[in-house]
Amino acid sequence: MENLMATLKAQIVEQLNLQEVKPEDIGDDMPLFKDGLGLDSIDALELIVLLQQHYQIRIANPEKGPEIFHSVRTIADFITAHQQQNK
Amino acid sequence: MNIYINGTGCVSPLETAVEGRLPSAAPLYDNIRLKAAEPDYKQWIDIKMIRRMSRVIKMGVAAAQLSLREAGIQKPEGIITGTAYGCLDDTGVFLTKMINQQEEMLTPTAFIQSTHNTVAGQIALLLECHAYNNTFVHKGFSFEHTLIDSIMQLREGKISNILAGAMDELTNHSFNILSRFNLFKHTAAGEGAACFVLSTEKGPNAVAKLKGVSVLYKPGSYEEVAADIVGFLAAYNCSQEDIDLVITGRNGDPAGDAWYEHVENNVFPSLPVARFKHLCGEYPTASAFGTWMAGRIIASQEVTPAVLFKGNAPSAIKKVLLYNHHDASHHSMILLSIC
Amino acid sequence: MSGNDVWVLGGGVICGIGNNVRECITSFRQMKPGMATMQYLSSTHRDSFPVVEVKADNATLAAKSGLPAHISRTALLSAVAAKEAWESAQLGNIREYRVGLVSANTVGGMDKTEDFFAEYLQDNQSGRLRDVVNHECGSITELVADALGIRHHVSTISTACSSSANAIMYGARLLRNNLVDVVIAGGTDALTRFTLNGFNTLMILDQQACRPFDDTRTGLNLGEGAGYIVMVSDAIAQKMDIKPWCKLTGYANANDAYHQTASSPDGIGNYLAMQQAMEMAGIGPEDMSYINLHGTGTLNNDLSEGTAIQRLFGNAVPPVSSTKSFTGHTLGASGGIEAVFAALAVKEGYLYPNAQFSHQMKELSFSPVTTFSEGNVINNVMSNSFGFGGNCSSLVFSKEIS
Repeated sequence: MENLMATLKAQIVEQLNLQEVKPEDIGDDMPLFKDGLGLDSIDALELIVLLQQHYQIRIANPEKGPEIFHSVRTIADFITAHQQQNK
Repeated sequence: MNIYINGTGCVSPLETAVEGRLPSAAPLYDNIRLKAAEPDYKQWIDIKMIRRMSRVIKMGVAAAQLSLREAGIQKPEGIITGTAYGCLDDTGVFLTKMINQQEEMLTPTAFIQSTHNTVAGQIALLLECHAYNNTFVHKGFSFEHTLIDSIMQLREGKISNILAGAMDELTNHSFNILSRFNLFKHTAAGEGAACFVLSTEKGPNAVAKLKGVSVLYKPGSYEEVAADIVGFLAAYNCSQEDIDLVITGRNGDPAGDAWYEHVENNVFPSLPVARFKHLCGEYPTASAFGTWMAGRIIASQEVTPAVLFKGNAPSAIKKVLLYNHHDASHHSMILLSIC
Repeated sequence: MSGNDVWVLGGGVICGIGNNVRECITSFRQMKPGMATMQYLSSTHRDSFPVVEVKADNATLAAKSGLPAHISRTALLSAVAAKEAWESAQLGNIREYRVGLVSANTVGGMDKTEDFFAEYLQDNQSGRLRDVVNHECGSITELVADALGIRHHVSTISTACSSSANAIMYGARLLRNNLVDVVIAGGTDALTRFTLNGFNTLMILDQQACRPFDDTRTGLNLGEGAGYIVMVSDAIAQKMDIKPWCKLTGYANANDAYHQTASSPDGIGNYLAMQQAMEMAGIGPEDMSYINLHGTGTLNNDLSEGTAIQRLFGNAVPPVSSTKSFTGHTLGASGGIEAVFAALAVKEGYLYPNAQFSHQMKELSFSPVTTFSEGNVINNVMSNSFGFGGNCSSLVFSKEIS
């Protein structure tokens, strides 16, 4: 879980071109949107592609974004749950 | 109604964004591809927005901010931009991925930022400006139509100021492709952004009055252009003798320069001539740089050796005519006068 | 006729429900929307998303327009509709007037650039230059202007989905400032892989026929086409022995300044555009006979537009419908196509149906018209076009009340 979260942070910084943000600046439970990291709906769409590219998870309904992408931990939980389901 | 240029901002291959003026000597470029000297954008744009912006967007926003600051205005009453090519870099990024990834796993950012109205939209977003917002994308007329629309809006009397500007970027792809059309045999390819705050009231930093703008599409002969220029001046109660300086879009290409030669020799035979494309390069909205330069010349009352092409620098500069064409098909005249 | 009026003398449309205005009206009358599996565009998403293509290949369009078949479909569509518009205005020889062509589009000759780029990416000296020479938006307009013999004022506007409405606005200003006698204004866009994939990344393409202003809507269908109106100033209108379609009495452009792609929840840009256009037309909410909605069918767009309409019209919302439920979203062409429909509604008393509507949106108190009718008393029609970059524009067409 810790490893997955660290990887995710690096992937998020790269995919979203977050200049002047280091992966370790992102807290595990820090809200990614609005007042936390300040991401928006375009970033949510980028994150959907990130999950598809790196974790082979397809999210068909973008309305689910806010729930899954709340924080790095919720994304990691979602990925883990998905991987276990597919075992 | 008088229309004043109350503020200007320019990002170009010169240090215009930082210094805000023309150099006294022309720089020696050793390349046929000129690249804009970019200022530190963080002074104007939130880092959260910068991360998504390609160069043309940043250049446009910076030029807009510089002109607003000089005019002392926070929020203009209208925003109009001109761009012939639009956001080429983002277009190239999305196209490349679309082709290489066979239309799969594409991300939205480059597509969203590729639309031609991105610069004007981002300026509005940054300034929280709900006013009129438009973007002209007509090749070598993109900047001129921006000015024509601005003048019409100001004359309607509902608003008293407007932000007008033009921007184009050169990318690796566009340079490669344009080079295949043999466009840069005699001239350098350029890019840049120039913005102007136009107002019906004279501001403290006003550089000049914008008297008039006219375009001529695909003229059939040199004579037609010459007659059109005379008619244009007459429409603003002006004769050839009233003009103190002519700025032409000479770029070193013999066929293209022949148009300027004809006008210089036949319409303004005794007048000094300045040029600007050796500074900013050739691109469809280069006349925006030319207009920025004309404004600086009037404000400073000085024609530096860096831009003087023919004749002697005039001692008093009251009226300046900019005559430019792009590709011999898009000819334009912009008349500025002292405030 | 009072000095500064702008008259609409005619219009032309080509889109997925008809190759001319008459065919489009027949499709509305017969409730036949144009969504189908793509036939002319080649994309890996062929079976995922229905589109609303013009039912003609490039060779057919070239023959109709008199332009060569190898140029961009966007120019071919534009030429067909602009020609129909000019002919319907019955002004005779185009060279006898100072004519302006103000045409909008969003991606220029992208359909050809895509072909070029695939080869160019393999080797940057390869790809046919004739496929990229008209990439610029302005080139599309010039191909058509040159074919029609227009050179007095040729301009192109690109503000995403509101492009053509802004072209019409600029055209009206050119008339009012006496820079031209006649303006052909509107826009064109052909389907391209670039836009289809772009909208797909936004996850707002519906896999079925789109359902604008329906509670179950999930997105838009892309369409293609072109639409133009012909406008003249008072001076010309008075000289001509022609009955105009209607007047363009109001227009406004405002910016939502909320987000690069999404509309604000209260639709502030939409509200300002509509309110200012009506103010210019000198009419109140009670005078509006019909609104041709922007109505793309996305969750966000329709809610913002509906909220803004409710704020402006209160409990007296006039009949409304989204003709995109028939034509799909034709992007840069939509404002032009819908302006023709709006102007014709004033002329003929038409109310256009909103197809695929069955569930009332729970946030709104009104719902769209679902059947076609004619002979209605239509005095004022508003056409809305809102888009990316926060660009919002509204046009008002009115009957001449004598």
